[in-house]
Amino acid sequence: MPKIEATNDFVVKFANVNGSGSASANEMFARSILRMGVPIATRNIFPSNIQGLPTWFEVRVSGAGWIGRRGGVDLMVPMNPQTWDKDVASIDPGGYLFYDSSKPLPPSKFRQDINVIGVPLTEMANSRWQLPRDRQLLKNMVYVGALAALLGIEQETLQKLVEEQFAGKDRLIKPNHEALKIGGDYVREKLKGACGLTVKRLDKVGNRIFVDGNDAAALGAVYGGATVCAWYPITPSTSMAEAFMAHCKKLRVDSVTKKNKFAIIQAEDELSAIGAVIGAGWNGARAFTATSGPGISLMQEFIGLAYFAEIPSVIFDIQRGGPSTGMPTRTQQSDILITAYAGHGDTKHILLFPEDPHEAFELSAMAFDLAERLQAPIFVMQDLDIGMNSWLCEPFSWNDSKLYDRGKVMTYEDLEKGKEFGRYLDVDGDAIPYRTLPGTHPTKGAFFTRGTSRDRYAKYSEEGAVYVDNMQRLLRKLETAKKYVPHPIAHHAKEPTRYGVIYFGSTSAAMAEALDVLESKGIHLDTMRLRAFPFPDEVIEFVNAHDQVFVVEQNRDAQMRTLLVNEGAIDPARFISILHYDGTPITARFITKSISERMTLLGAARREAAQ
Amino acid sequence: MTYLAKPKFRHPSLVPNKLGFTHRDYEGSISTLCAGCGHDSISTALIQACYELDIEPHRVAKLSGIGCSSKTPDYFLGQSHGFNSVHGRMPSVLTGANLANRDLIYLGVSGDGDSASIGLGQFVHCIRRAINMVYITENNGVYGLTKGQFSATADRGSKSKTSVNNDAPIDLIGMALLAGATFVARSFSGDKHQLVPIIKAAISHKGSAFIDVISPCVQFNNGAGSTKSYDFVREHNAAVNRLDFIEERDEITAEYEPGTVQEVEQHDGSILRLHKLHLDYDPSDRVHAMNYLQQHHEKGEVVTGLLYLDPEPRDTHAALNTVDVPLNSLGTRELCPGSKALEGINDDYR
Repeated sequence: MPKIEATNDFVVKFANVNGSGSASANEMFARSILRMGVPIATRNIFPSNIQGLPTWFEVRVSGAGWIGRRGGVDLMVPMNPQTWDKDVASIDPGGYLFYDSSKPLPPSKFRQDINVIGVPLTEMANSRWQLPRDRQLLKNMVYVGALAALLGIEQETLQKLVEEQFAGKDRLIKPNHEALKIGGDYVREKLKGACGLTVKRLDKVGNRIFVDGNDAAALGAVYGGATVCAWYPITPSTSMAEAFMAHCKKLRVDSVTKKNKFAIIQAEDELSAIGAVIGAGWNGARAFTATSGPGISLMQEFIGLAYFAEIPSVIFDIQRGGPSTGMPTRTQQSDILITAYAGHGDTKHILLFPEDPHEAFELSAMAFDLAERLQAPIFVMQDLDIGMNSWLCEPFSWNDSKLYDRGKVMTYEDLEKGKEFGRYLDVDGDAIPYRTLPGTHPTKGAFFTRGTSRDRYAKYSEEGAVYVDNMQRLLRKLETAKKYVPHPIAHHAKEPTRYGVIYFGSTSAAMAEALDVLESKGIHLDTMRLRAFPFPDEVIEFVNAHDQVFVVEQNRDAQMRTLLVNEGAIDPARFISILHYDGTPITARFITKSISERMTLLGAARREAAQ
Repeated sequence: MTYLAKPKFRHPSLVPNKLGFTHRDYEGSISTLCAGCGHDSISTALIQACYELDIEPHRVAKLSGIGCSSKTPDYFLGQSHGFNSVHGRMPSVLTGANLANRDLIYLGVSGDGDSASIGLGQFVHCIRRAINMVYITENNGVYGLTKGQFSATADRGSKSKTSVNNDAPIDLIGMALLAGATFVARSFSGDKHQLVPIIKAAISHKGSAFIDVISPCVQFNNGAGSTKSYDFVREHNAAVNRLDFIEERDEITAEYEPGTVQEVEQHDGSILRLHKLHLDYDPSDRVHAMNYLQQHHEKGEVVTGLLYLDPEPRDTHAALNTVDVPLNSLGTRELCPGSKALEGINDDYR
């Protein structure tokens, strides 16, 4: 029987039943590896359900520091009979099946080319504890203890995590410690050397943090000065609004008066949520909403108004699998087009694409400056993979000398001095007009905001020339935006190449690993990671500098490619799409394989052409 | 439409209020609504009310949705910021604006199409959140701008030029009472003496104030068979009380029949002196108000007056425990926790 032998480089996957209490046990397993200084990447794959349906948790252990999904499974822990067959089938040959052997299973339930490790988890838990809930929860800890012993995870590290987890509920510490020991002892006595996968202490985690993107973006909103949040619950964005509330309670309560420097409203629907954001933005507060694809579609009319009326607003789109309810608990990057052109009539918006929670924090805070500077809606394009999974990433940092950029707002003093005010007047030549906030001055600077066309002084007008003048300015404002948005990050391949690859968002982690593998195979690609739309000029220059450019994205219709073709007026034939859209996060293996195959075909075509 | 500029000169005899503003300072652009439109009378009443209350015009924010009624904020308070938003969604925009700056007076202007149909949800939810505002519906039972389709407040059997309405009406007053509005009134655009004090009282009310104003559409819904016509409302107007709005308590000098005058002191010290026209009507009893309205609507009467008042209103800012200063006045120093706090936060994620 071949056995996969690996140290600090393997994938463990847990299959559980939703609501069985497995999540915290699995998380503890993952954190224990992190505490040993070994980088990990975890992914939750869960159903739209609270209790009863299958859920998976994947832990990638990577001493090399890869934090994208690799693909494949080396050690499977199928605790859910419903998905047993598929779970067993998903194990790489030579990999391991760790299962609850309390009840005998027929040989047909196993595979010949994998290594089976049975531990009577239920039996051990039931003989030790009497209450059904205890049996269920502590069984999870028994398997964590057993796995830890199999993989060489330090017992003390796990025990300490238990103590931290149950601090304040101290009576729970003892049984959890005991459960870990029961599982560990069984392995130490009966299964020594059964598994070729090992975790070995390293020093590769450094000062990095392990956090999910929704939490990070919410914190970014606190740091970015958001005071108004209006939202409507929708997976996978809900936890962002909830995290904002939690952070505000800690960071935004006035120390003297105990009053809140924030207002959060759970709206009756997404229309109301965005309406409140626009009302607050109009009135000079930094405001945001968090939503997902279906919410974005409901907000379209308002987004069109915000674009045309030039109202600062920030919208977090935590993308999920669409269309319609689609796959609400699975990840995709499939709202690119709907957000880029959200609204009716001619509209175009500013989108930001964070690659991980660290950047989600940064771009979240930056979005509020951009919104006020550019007087426009700003979309922060997260996805479920970043938003709801914990990622190992650089710690958050903040420059204390930085003040918020409140954009062009005319004050009482400005008006008093007799500065000319025209709400839609391009005074500075950057197409960004000045605005006044309601209540500024008794006799000067009031104007009427409307979605209908108007002249440079906000006076209603249906004249064609006046309308065109305004629409052209809005287009020029988008050119100005290119200077302010975060620029793409480009890397040259080790060797000169005529091939490039463009990617963005959560693909980044898997991409880094795929590029490394491709390079070792002799496939060299220049790379560009997009961070914003509208595309700064270097994006189009990058495409024009290469014969062929791969565009890697997580949707069916190559939406980013469409945007590149459309906005850069580029020949579509220059692009080759690599598309992953089954709802699971893209893997390094998928990218490597897809690009290798295309490169082989391209090479063959070139040779043919040369002959 | 504001391309119809209004001349700046004013009659020399205009009397300034305490702040030195004349009536003219509260006006807006020239109305582009039809001659005789009830909405213009409401604009005039709003101007009158703000003038009499000595409100600085720029301390008012006017918000509206889409429709004839929603165009009107352009025609009054020209020194106030206005926001003509999207159809039926004024309440959410107003909510956000109010959260951003609790110090302004928020005036939401809407219509029956805007509030009873497309925006029914927002209307109710805005009120249940106890936003401090005056929410006025200029209620004519039809869609004017799209030329005369019935709206959801049209009574069953009501006749327009071309059709009869078969659907049951939505009673915005009833909805507002159910949703927890703390000031609820109905008036008639043709009765300025009733309307102006009601608006003044609503503005001074520090909670969700709702005023439904029946405002006939002379173009599409003012004929025989309409229950929103000038003639019908005049004939069926059952005013339960008349209101005097008094900024500071004065002595009652006139002689009234016992039980006919009721005074309510509002939170800001202003006094609402109600002259009871129906002695059995009690505007402090919400359930009674709902029953009364239903019973009289069955009889074909249009009940008007101050229908419900809670002198101790709730306000969403109190519920959210927001700071006393407007949120939009807070800057980097007040809002950003800084790098030091971030160190501890980072540690929590290790």
